[in-house]
Amino acid sequence: MTPSEALPVPAPVLSIRGGALGFGARALWSGLDLEVNPGEFIAVLGGNGTGKTSLLRAMLGEQKLDSGVVLVDGHPAHRGHRRIGYIPQQKIVAPGTPLRGRDLVMLGVNGQRFGPPITTRDDRAAVDALLTAVGAETFADRPLGSLSGGEQQRLRVAQALADDPNLLLCDEPLMSLDLQHQRAVSELIDRRRQQHGTAVVFVTHDINPVLSMVDRVLYLAQGRFTIGTPDEVLRDDVLSRLYGTPVEVFRSRGRVIVVGAPEAEHHHEVIA
Amino acid sequence: MTFVDPATYLQLLALVQNSIIAAAVLGIVGGLIGVFVMQRDMAFAVHGISELSFAGAAAALLLGVNVVAGSIVGSLLAAALIGVLGAKARDRNSIIGVLMPFGLGLGILFLALYPGRSGNKFGLLTGQIISVDLPQLGLLIAISIVVLVALFIVWRPLTFDSLDPEVASARGVPSRALSIVFMTLLGLTVAVSVQIIGALLVLALLVTPAAAALRVSSSPVLVPVLSMIFGFVSAVGGILLAIGGSLPISPYITTISFAIYLVCRLIGSRAKVAR
Repeated sequence: MTPSEALPVPAPVLSIRGGALGFGARALWSGLDLEVNPGEFIAVLGGNGTGKTSLLRAMLGEQKLDSGVVLVDGHPAHRGHRRIGYIPQQKIVAPGTPLRGRDLVMLGVNGQRFGPPITTRDDRAAVDALLTAVGAETFADRPLGSLSGGEQQRLRVAQALADDPNLLLCDEPLMSLDLQHQRAVSELIDRRRQQHGTAVVFVTHDINPVLSMVDRVLYLAQGRFTIGTPDEVLRDDVLSRLYGTPVEVFRSRGRVIVVGAPEAEHHHEVIA
Repeated sequence: MTFVDPATYLQLLALVQNSIIAAAVLGIVGGLIGVFVMQRDMAFAVHGISELSFAGAAAALLLGVNVVAGSIVGSLLAAALIGVLGAKARDRNSIIGVLMPFGLGLGILFLALYPGRSGNKFGLLTGQIISVDLPQLGLLIAISIVVLVALFIVWRPLTFDSLDPEVASARGVPSRALSIVFMTLLGLTVAVSVQIIGALLVLALLVTPAAAALRVSSSPVLVPVLSMIFGFVSAVGGILLAIGGSLPISPYITTISFAIYLVCRLIGSRAKVAR
């Protein structure tokens, strides 16, 4: 920040300084500096095994970095941060689960609370409001196990919004959803960002469903990374340098396709 | 099978009233913890723990020490082993498969070496509530109440952790500690059940009621409530029927519990067709 600036620059919601992580001899990434500002949408891209999820876990305070710091709201990341909402990928609900749609959201409101399991009027009102916000009223009372992937993910968005987060961490939330539900769920996340200035870190193997929403891309590959706007990063020369091998980027009808990346598609993973 | 006359039945009832109280409390606790046994997919673990609990009880019988205490030691040991070695579901089943015959064999060895009455021997495997003495009954009831209270305290975080351990952990739920607490509570409940219904039949009170309740509802309130009622009806109903006749208690309990399950299955499939 320089004194000449008229408007104050907002404090970053999330900042990583000199972050490094590796498993054994294999470095996932090092020297990672990233600042995420309120209302910013960051997509984290990269193939399997590039440490996307580990990075997210570091932001959640569940993964210790080899070096560097992760600050959330200016303080070191820790588990159970009240202002972080976490949206995981869809998963199969165990058949013996006595929960309905609205109960998944309720867990976001009071699931971490010990003590007699009494649901207060306030808790119930909060859940109703969250269900309305994601348009889930119609299936809120159906058993969780009977809901489609898209319905389940809407509820997970509602669950993540329970504590009015200023940072949303999303780990492949669109995985195994059809196109229509991919759009619906990503629009919910984007709307939250625009209306409340919530920063979004969105880990994904496919940027296309969120391409129009993304401010910056963090692209991880081959133990290296690059950060920039989609136009700065999703280019032949940039990605070829990152991968260390010729890579072509095609853009067609607002979609981006990366061809020739050694690990991008179909698990052609190269691990030394 | 002969039934006694009403006057004698009432006299018998007065004699076994403490056993009925113990069975009632266990029925309720078993039904309640069964909801989590189902959610965490641990029915097989319950069976595994009960065999080691049996070994512990048999060892205590042989050594002439408190049988309930022996049962608890065996239970907690098994629960800890399964909890530590079998954190992943896939590993868990093989660990249990290995532990179970070992525990059962050990128990049979201790019983074979035991010089006392043979009536006690089978009791641990198939149920012996009537022959449990008063101080031990008190201990069983006390343990059940401790489990009941503890379950209520951890109810919400445990539900969260059972459904979605990653999200729960991100929200600050102490996943690892909870799983240790749950295995301990499960071990204690199994130890009590071994005394009442026998090691081989523990599942009838710890799994069947919850499985039945899940057939007719998916409400997080109704399922535990129904499961507790089913467990209570099975346990108490079993004793009330048994004391009138000459057959042991356990088959009554398992039959009532199974019948409830069948009815719930029928209702559940009807409801689905109607939808």
